Amino acid sequence: MNAPVKPQGAAKGFPLPSSMKVIPGTERAQAAHAYYMQFNEADDDRFWFYNSMHFPEPMSHFDMVTGEAAYCALGASNTRVQCLPTTLGIDQRIINGRVYIGGNAVTDPDEIARRTEEFQKRAFYYYANWERLYDQWKDKMRALIKDAQALPTPSLPEFEPLENVHAGRGIASNHWLLDTYQKTLEGYFRMWHHHFEFLLLGYGAYLTFFDFCKKAFPEIPDQTIARMVAGMEAEIFRPDDELKRLARRAVELGVDHKFTDGVSADDVLASLDQLGQPGKDWLAELETSRNPWFNVNVGDGFYHYHRSWNDDLSMPFAALPGYIAMVKAGANLDRPIEQLMTERKQLIEDYRELLSTDEERAAYDQMIELAHRVFPYVEGHKFYCEHWYTNLFFNKIREFGGLLAQFGFFPDGEDVFHLTHYEVEAAIIDLMTSWSNGSPPRGPVHWPPIVAERKAALAEWSKHETPPALGPVPDVIDDPAIVMLWGITRENLDVWLNAGTGLDSKEIRGFAASNGVIEGVARVVKSVEEIGRLQQGDILVCHVTNPTWAPIFQKIGAAVSDIGGSMSHAAIVAREYGLPAVVGTGTATQKIKDGQRIRVDGGLGVVTILD
Amino acid sequence: MQSSDFIGWFADIGLADRPTVGGKGGSLGELTRAGIAVPPGFVVKTSAFERFVQALEQEAPIRSVVEALHTDDLAGVTACSQALRARVEASALPADLEAEISAALAELCAEDANVPVAIRSSATTEDAEDASFAGLQDTFLWVLGPAEVVKYVRTCWASLYSTESMTYRRKQGLPEAGVHMAVVVQRMVDARTAGVMFTRSPTTGDRSVVTIEGAWGLGSSVVGGEVTPDRFVIGKITGEISVRDISDKHVQHLPAPGGGVEDVPVPDDQRKVPCISDEELGRLRDVARKVERHYGRPQDIEWAIDRSGGILLLQSRPETVWSVKDAAPVAKPAENPLLHVMSIFGGRR
Repeated sequence: MNAPVKPQGAAKGFPLPSSMKVIPGTERAQAAHAYYMQFNEADDDRFWFYNSMHFPEPMSHFDMVTGEAAYCALGASNTRVQCLPTTLGIDQRIINGRVYIGGNAVTDPDEIARRTEEFQKRAFYYYANWERLYDQWKDKMRALIKDAQALPTPSLPEFEPLENVHAGRGIASNHWLLDTYQKTLEGYFRMWHHHFEFLLLGYGAYLTFFDFCKKAFPEIPDQTIARMVAGMEAEIFRPDDELKRLARRAVELGVDHKFTDGVSADDVLASLDQLGQPGKDWLAELETSRNPWFNVNVGDGFYHYHRSWNDDLSMPFAALPGYIAMVKAGANLDRPIEQLMTERKQLIEDYRELLSTDEERAAYDQMIELAHRVFPYVEGHKFYCEHWYTNLFFNKIREFGGLLAQFGFFPDGEDVFHLTHYEVEAAIIDLMTSWSNGSPPRGPVHWPPIVAERKAALAEWSKHETPPALGPVPDVIDDPAIVMLWGITRENLDVWLNAGTGLDSKEIRGFAASNGVIEGVARVVKSVEEIGRLQQGDILVCHVTNPTWAPIFQKIGAAVSDIGGSMSHAAIVAREYGLPAVVGTGTATQKIKDGQRIRVDGGLGVVTILD
Repeated sequence: MQSSDFIGWFADIGLADRPTVGGKGGSLGELTRAGIAVPPGFVVKTSAFERFVQALEQEAPIRSVVEALHTDDLAGVTACSQALRARVEASALPADLEAEISAALAELCAEDANVPVAIRSSATTEDAEDASFAGLQDTFLWVLGPAEVVKYVRTCWASLYSTESMTYRRKQGLPEAGVHMAVVVQRMVDARTAGVMFTRSPTTGDRSVVTIEGAWGLGSSVVGGEVTPDRFVIGKITGEISVRDISDKHVQHLPAPGGGVEDVPVPDDQRKVPCISDEELGRLRDVARKVERHYGRPQDIEWAIDRSGGILLLQSRPETVWSVKDAAPVAKPAENPLLHVMSIFGGRR
């Protein structure tokens, strides 16, 4: 194994990890994170960057489990399973709630050669058997989801139920708390292995084609390449398709008048329930759609508070009145899949024709064939992993939070997310012990001040900006994982190094995600509860773009986000709706004030504040 | 509109006729026949030049004089050039030839003999595509009436006897008997906007974009570099306009009252206004694609938009700078297609 690359001769660099100060008053909250996630002296020799793409907000203590599980699995796949020739896994550290990560490049040519041989035996087998392995993957994923769904709701009866006793079960209820918790945690770690089983290989095949296009057509927009590869029937379109179906059914059943702007989801549900058979029929349709298609999070699924449509119907219900109006106006809401496929085929054919030689065309054919093959996974895995599974996981932890709150461990079940996953296990064992021996648990005294302290720390951390990177600047970033997953290149680093504060600038740049220029009123939407504030034609300015926001695209004039690339699903949805979109601006929600007039140029990737 | 030994109407000629109608004439004929809008016109073919030179040779030798020149004798070449150009420009055309040109002009300008035309030299040598030679050729704009037309046809012919042109031929050792010139006579477009476009990026060579440059008035201001044109880059396939550089266009070439063109200041409120609309950019892109498809290779195109918004092409020639670099393929097909991914996973090459 190689030692991490020691970058050399950087004239200009980022702050060293050792120079990062824990924000005063948050020292104990910082120290609560596991020892292996704290920066140490040796870390000064390495390059780190702030993973603002996946963890844009300060992390609550429990949510760090996502980083742990994900990097454990990503690293295993890169380092040991597929044996990527030039990179091992990712290290992570946390300071002031911000996650910094660093790659482990392989630079010794002999080692690269050795790993290349292994890689081709492994990865090429995956590529060659992609469809079969991906089908198998879906089976494994569904089984994993089923296992998670089968886990019991944690509870502690006063006396063990008589039937358990008569059945001679011999194991008391307190034990099942630990069992369920450990299985919950184990399932989450396991899920991330599934997540990364194909991911790098999928992105790599896509990027191979992407690179070819960029060389053959240096000025081709990223989004055009994305359009050539994008599938039409990916799982991620389904939630929105289901909403359209529900809108159509509401009209067919004659219950559509119950859906009006500004009425809460609960009120709509209650009024439908009193509407007799048609109302009940629609509610049955809703149940069909909800399982599984409303298991989509309103964020990327990495934070416990990225709730799903199922948890909070306000998002899907906010979209229904608009879809119903369209259905009544006679619009066909079905995605024109055949037409989209024809357009994709034509696009591929048109670019192919522009290549100089038949030799290039043959190479192009080979690369796009592979990109098309791997893409269903790239597009599809997120629904199963980041949405459906993470939703089940956080909700199960939420149940433990509820139980602990019931026994006085903290005022509110949600407070459980301020404990690390080790601390949650400790609290559970405390509760198990107390239930078993009849003494009061220690937790109700121990945890409330800690939770309060952590809440205060989180609030404090979110007030402070953090450097985009730490440590010496590497001469080159040749780590395909970092380039692929985070889009970080040597050129980006120069931009970061040279960036001023830029806070007074009227111009904000991001990825050009979807063409068109539009001016309008900015609606800075910070959470799903604010969706209702969007008026027809408003420009959505949000932190992360996410496909589950698709239904509100019928209302808005354009979309701007802090996070996301031109390959993000939201960019794809924006293109489908023909709306200008600029994503990955980094700072749009900070720089743009709600109600300001802005101009969005989705072709150039520029947002201009006009006021 | 009957073509003849001396006259070739655009509809009757194509690239294959280069030896008799020259590169420019052949290209305009080719475009016309491909169904692309080109201002109507005809070519005074090389046979007309030959007929004229033969008539002059009867009086005093020309070709043998040129062939006897030494390129290091600059004074001799200069004196010879002055004498020959003066002769060519002053000599009357054989009567039958002049009659044919006048008749063709009358047909071209059916409604009004004073319809303005452009007179453009159209060289026959392959080297004409070489910039060094192309620069020696002439174009005369907004020419009015048969007498002026014949005069400028002779001026074009005379340009073959410029110092530079003769020196070039002598250095190349080209026999004078093979030196010919055709001349294009074409109706003028009263251009609102005109310019050039390349069916690829001049900066990156990208074939998926069309680069369009234009300015107000006739295209000569752009071709001659007298004005900084507006510059647009439009996706050849997507139609997406990725670059809009709107320049300060201080001057435009407009027809002068008595013929020819003159510099006219652009009104202040027009200088920084885009001279091409998005809709027109879209149509220019369509034309560019059609022409490139027709020729099967990237093109360098001169175009004009008339006062009623119609797009006309004035010239299309193969793009030469990047075509040379196309030789190295971006990638070759691999025996095992999976090996392509090593370009991502294999590290720096």
